[in-house]
Amino acid sequence: MGSSLLSISDLTVKFGGLTALSSVHIDLHPGEVVGLIGPNGAGKTTLFNALTGFAPVSSGKLTLHGEAHDWPKSHQLVDLGIARTLQGVGLFPDLSVLENVMVGGQRFAKGSVIRAALGLDGSNEKFLSEKAAIALERVYASSLGEKRADALPYPVTKRVAIARALMSDPKILLLDEPAGGLGSQDIEWMNGLIHNLKTDTSILLVEHHMDVVMNVCDRIYVLNFGELIAEGTPAEVRENPAVIAAYLGAEAVK
Amino acid sequence: MLFLDTLLIGLSSGAIYALMALALVLVWRSTRVVNFAQAGQAILSTYLGYEVMSVTHNYWVSIPFAILGGAAIAAFVDAVIMRSLAKRSHKGSVSEIAPVIATLGLLGLIRSLTGMIWGNAYLQYTSPLSSKGYTIGSHTIPFSPLNLVIVVGALFVMGVFAAIFKFTNLGLALRAASFQPEISRLAGIRVDRIRTVGWAFAGAAGAVAGALVTPTTYLSPNSLDLLLVSGFVAAVIGGLDSLIGAVLGGLLLGVGFAFILQYIGTSVTFSAAFIILILVLFVRPRGILGSKVGRRDA
Repeated sequence: MGSSLLSISDLTVKFGGLTALSSVHIDLHPGEVVGLIGPNGAGKTTLFNALTGFAPVSSGKLTLHGEAHDWPKSHQLVDLGIARTLQGVGLFPDLSVLENVMVGGQRFAKGSVIRAALGLDGSNEKFLSEKAAIALERVYASSLGEKRADALPYPVTKRVAIARALMSDPKILLLDEPAGGLGSQDIEWMNGLIHNLKTDTSILLVEHHMDVVMNVCDRIYVLNFGELIAEGTPAEVRENPAVIAAYLGAEAVK
Repeated sequence: MLFLDTLLIGLSSGAIYALMALALVLVWRSTRVVNFAQAGQAILSTYLGYEVMSVTHNYWVSIPFAILGGAAIAAFVDAVIMRSLAKRSHKGSVSEIAPVIATLGLLGLIRSLTGMIWGNAYLQYTSPLSSKGYTIGSHTIPFSPLNLVIVVGALFVMGVFAAIFKFTNLGLALRAASFQPEISRLAGIRVDRIRTVGWAFAGAAGAVAGALVTPTTYLSPNSLDLLLVSGFVAAVIGGLDSLIGAVLGGLLLGVGFAFILQYIGTSVTFSAAFIILILVLFVRPRGILGSKVGRRDA
């Protein structure tokens, strides 16, 4: 696996008196899909939030691409090769699908405000729209670019949100419940999609759907009440008694 | 003829209302603040234009200075005052109301300042254009070269903004930052900075309104107050979130005022603004173009 792309150690996040994460560690290696699972309130999304500047880090160390790094602010992530989708998808309903995806490529659009206001950044626009078209292809939505985002069925919006995250050419992609709210057919698509994305980016995945997690993940970390209770391959985690007790229970047997 | 004449008068004043509404909508969209200080900012930029004109003796040269000044003042207000205010009062109900109160206070502050610097005299900031109506055949219409420049200038500014929002990546970033700040940050957008750009655009629009309308009246520390009210009503008519709505709202209000003035009388115009505002809020609170969720593109 080589050295890790992303390494978090001793991460603790406190909200007032509540400890949301307690001394958690996680490693992500190049080409890996790593799952983060646990019951509701276990701290999965908090970990994403801490990593992406949405939640305050009380203590903890971060290593990115082999080097120690301060906890990044949200707007610095894309330049560190990190992209994230949100549970709430968050497309702009009145923009076209293509424009929605273009929003994700802002790191490539750093021309001056004055030039942009004068309409002199035409090449920039063209570059972004072409890149957005490619990103849409990768999520099997290439024919939908001109549609308004609010005309899309929910499962497709999930894929478009991923396309938007791909616009920054991430080396690390954080997916927050990509299969949440999807039916079985769309979950199949999502599985295939995640397998395909692996060739270009490592993926850290928060997901409730066990069939997705077990299908796509190389390794899994299990959180419960803000603490890491297990880690390993899907097979190892599935058989871990602590995990079964805490979380998988009936679902693992299924 | 009277009907057409009234319509023309209405379009000219409506274009100015539209610009002011545009300024308010741009700030509302980017920071969810109703910027009462906009009238003060526009007054400051117009005094700046006045000063430039008293040196250069050229109205046209003074306009770009007023516009840049208006943009700079607005950027300063957001970056220095609003941003630090947001950092200190970002929780609870105070976070909603504090910025609005701050803009009210700022309006008072700017007024006193301009009064201290320029006094309360009615200054003349004059355009070289004639305010005498064009003559068509034997009929002189109440629409002068001055009015024409107002309408064309206002439409030009609106066109520029529409193009920025519709066709440029900056426009995309502005919309993204105002409606989905989290997503925008994750996309690498410096949301604070982009919002300041939105304020600057608003300041520029307000400055154009001030520079265009003042030659038709006079310049004093509170000469744009009524324009703020009209602009706000126009913005609400248009749905507060919509740039096109602001323009339509401004034109509708201008024409509506002109007809009230013509057919009812001068005494009711000011109250008419509030009556129209209340009617809109009762009948169609989201405005003619406001969307159900209160969000909409250009």
